[in-house]
Amino acid sequence: MTPDEFYYAFGIGVVAAPAVLLAVFGLTSLVGLPLSERSMSKFTEASVVIGLISAVAILGMMLALDDRHVPLEIGNWVAIPQQHFHFHLKLVFDRLSVPFVILSFVLCGTIGAFASRYLHREPGFYRFFLCYAFFLLGMVISTLAGTIETLFLGWELVGLSSALLVAFFHDRLNPVRNGLRVWTVYRIADAAFLLAALSLHNLTGAGDFDGLMGTGAWPEGHATITESNALLVGLLLLVAAAGKSALIPFSGWLPRAMEGPTPSSAVFYGSLSVHLGAFLLLRVSPILEVSVVLSGIVVLVGMTSAVFGALTARVQTDIKSALAFASLTQVGIIVAEIGLGLRYIALIHIIGHACLRTLQLLRAPSLLHDYHSMENAIGSHLPHRKSLWERVLNVRIRHWFYRFALERGYLDAVLDEYIVRPFCATFRWCNRMEKKWTDFLSRGADEKP
Amino acid sequence: MRELILPWQELSVLVPLIGAIAVRCLRDSDRAYRWSVALCTLTLSFAVGEWIDFGLLHAFEAHDHWDFLKYVFHADIFVIDELNAPLLPLAALLYLMTVLSTLRTKMNRFSFASTLFSEAVLLATLSCRHPLVIIGLCAVAIIPPWLEIRGRGHCTRAFGIHMSLFVAMLFGGWLLLPDNLVGHPENNASPAVLAAGAMLTAAALLRSGIVPVHCWMTDLFDKATLGTALLFVSPMTGAYVVMRMVLPIAPLWALQSIAVVSLFTSVYAAGMALVQTDARRFFCYLFLSHSSLVLVGLELLTPIGLTGALCVWISVGLAMGGFGLTLRAVESRIGRFNLIQYRGLYEHTPTLAALFLMTGLASIGFPGTIGFIGTELLIEGAVGVFPLIGTAVVIAAALNSIAVLHAYFRIFTGTKYTVSISLTVRPSERIAVVALAALIIGGGLFPQPGVASRYHAALELLRHRDPAAAVQETMGHDVPESAKTTSHDELTDRELSENL
Repeated sequence: MTPDEFYYAFGIGVVAAPAVLLAVFGLTSLVGLPLSERSMSKFTEASVVIGLISAVAILGMMLALDDRHVPLEIGNWVAIPQQHFHFHLKLVFDRLSVPFVILSFVLCGTIGAFASRYLHREPGFYRFFLCYAFFLLGMVISTLAGTIETLFLGWELVGLSSALLVAFFHDRLNPVRNGLRVWTVYRIADAAFLLAALSLHNLTGAGDFDGLMGTGAWPEGHATITESNALLVGLLLLVAAAGKSALIPFSGWLPRAMEGPTPSSAVFYGSLSVHLGAFLLLRVSPILEVSVVLSGIVVLVGMTSAVFGALTARVQTDIKSALAFASLTQVGIIVAEIGLGLRYIALIHIIGHACLRTLQLLRAPSLLHDYHSMENAIGSHLPHRKSLWERVLNVRIRHWFYRFALERGYLDAVLDEYIVRPFCATFRWCNRMEKKWTDFLSRGADEKP
Repeated sequence: MRELILPWQELSVLVPLIGAIAVRCLRDSDRAYRWSVALCTLTLSFAVGEWIDFGLLHAFEAHDHWDFLKYVFHADIFVIDELNAPLLPLAALLYLMTVLSTLRTKMNRFSFASTLFSEAVLLATLSCRHPLVIIGLCAVAIIPPWLEIRGRGHCTRAFGIHMSLFVAMLFGGWLLLPDNLVGHPENNASPAVLAAGAMLTAAALLRSGIVPVHCWMTDLFDKATLGTALLFVSPMTGAYVVMRMVLPIAPLWALQSIAVVSLFTSVYAAGMALVQTDARRFFCYLFLSHSSLVLVGLELLTPIGLTGALCVWISVGLAMGGFGLTLRAVESRIGRFNLIQYRGLYEHTPTLAALFLMTGLASIGFPGTIGFIGTELLIEGAVGVFPLIGTAVVIAAALNSIAVLHAYFRIFTGTKYTVSISLTVRPSERIAVVALAALIIGGGLFPQPGVASRYHAALELLRHRDPAAAVQETMGHDVPESAKTTSHDELTDRELSENL
């Protein structure tokens, strides 16, 4: 076999492993023959191991053959050549995608093993692993996407599985409400992503990242679009990334997402999904280079989110929310790094942060237990030393910041008050008017209401 | 015109028609159910046979072998072409699924005879290209739901007024239309043609439920059985009327104006779906939003937009049909319900929950489902023609997706619904679920054949409307002057196939 054939076989293996996992879980669920917990765990394990081995094999070959950019053409999913419409499926293995896909497999594998014990005999065991399969496939496709359409495909799968997992505990209302909120933010982000993809198509005639970013393997590509176009497309992509990575003004969903089971909180919102927005910005980073204004906005959004996250994390009363905002701080810094053009640093930062945060979230429940043991042993709370800010700032300012952080920057309240409420009020008024009109046409009440 | 190997169209109309009479005579509802399932299955097999047969002919249009109607009326009444070929099996499938998933709790209220009669009328309408016969059949199709609303003791006035107006405008428009209307639609700008076009357009928009003449639809869902209402709206007869009667005569500016109105309807209905507290009204607005998107694409008159619309027509028909049937299955279990409370049905019927989510996501064009590529094409077409307003398609899709998940959470999550009987999915329902899921996922994973067929249909429809422009589009915008003047007669099917 030639190296290209090896690349192709391993490349298909990376994507096929999670796809088969999803097909097995989905089909058995649909025909009413659910698998046992043990079988599901084994299938998950096998899928992750095969995918990880394939990804590592590709990395090994790329290092051995000194290949920095390995595109795998799967072909056109749909094509209307006369209209220049192609939905091109293409995978790209490069310095950005390979570390990210390996990270995804490692963390998802760890979480899969953890969850099979953590959720043992839970009524939603099957549902969790079905969503997990969606998520894994979505992450792998998004990471390896060589075209913006393929990236969108994976992006959507990640979004759906995340929202369903936030609402995992069906019988309680808060997780369900939060799941809907997460989905709403994701859909706004998806709409922006779709418009950006269409704009890119219209500007460059293709959705292929190679075409969009000019020649050169990541991160050396140079975009071939004008500054004004880069600003327009870049802003849309920034909205998409902000929605997915919970950057300001969409940060409100991140702590709400912690209502889901701990394994999903750890892998989705703590480590992988929350970095997907940053990954998108890294993937299209040549566009950012074209426009200084755009880069400046990216830095500003990143730094604002980081400061907001740092402030808010300090006043959270539950550990998962505190970790969620701590994640936001790091993601904000990563986005700012991307805006400043520090691509490798951002990539390394993502990998380190994702691993650390997964560990912290998985350790969170037992950590609390340890703290309680220590406090019981010494007979009081652990000693608390005043921070620099406590010593420097006066009480009024500190109280203002405290309230601001406790209310999470009033972001949700502002969105509810100025967007959701007027929207619902308008359509409810229309609904009342329509009912009156129909009643009028029906001459008031029916004979049999 | 080419001939099919069997009189598929006549058989697919005749079987449910005769079946309706036979089922009407049965007193036992269980037997009526079994007969109806068998008859609908037979009708579906004829419709599928017709589609396959037509596909093998590689022609734009064909008619039945042993065409009895042609023999009697000396005209091609029933014609199968690129437009209606997949719509006939889709309509037959929707009827079969509806009948199949009817539970015993609904059998006393749901008339199988009337349903079979409606199926025959619908298939005849979709098979027909003759304007006057289409008008007649559209008028007849109104009768069963009207009778049902009256039979249930509700006021028929709102539905009756709208539908009477629809038929009157359709007929009036047809009367005003000159007999010798030939050539390009842009050249037919006489006051009579404009008036006729306006009336036909208004009629089609009314039947499609475009704002502000959409209230009959919510009224129908309020007062008729869910199955009847679903079958009356889901085949999108209004869009079919647009394609057969408005598209060939209306100028481009008029069609694009309709597209803008449809776009507004789509966003408006999506917003309305989000604030509904009644499950039926929620479905009605969700469907309206999607069907308006189909109209948007149909009126764009670009190959991409039209292809997208034809794809979305099929996907929305399947997805929203399945979605409506899921709601109906839930209604069969817990009665008519609102979306204020959380129902907690997941633990009882996880399969229905999966189908609800799958069909809902397919309707919004979620990746991997049948609606994905169609929606992408539609958005691309809309944004291509209206760069700013076209983004409203994306907004409508986003709002619809939020509405779908909102409804899913309200119905299937919350404290577990307490009940003393089993609410699990029945075998007949499971068959419907698996069949719909296979079509939705299969069509989503392998979209190329469907898209290619719809693209071909779109080109043919454009060619019939404006031969020169179609050639230009087919050849990728680089057309010699000689080709631009090619007349309809000169451009044969074979030449078009070669261009493709």
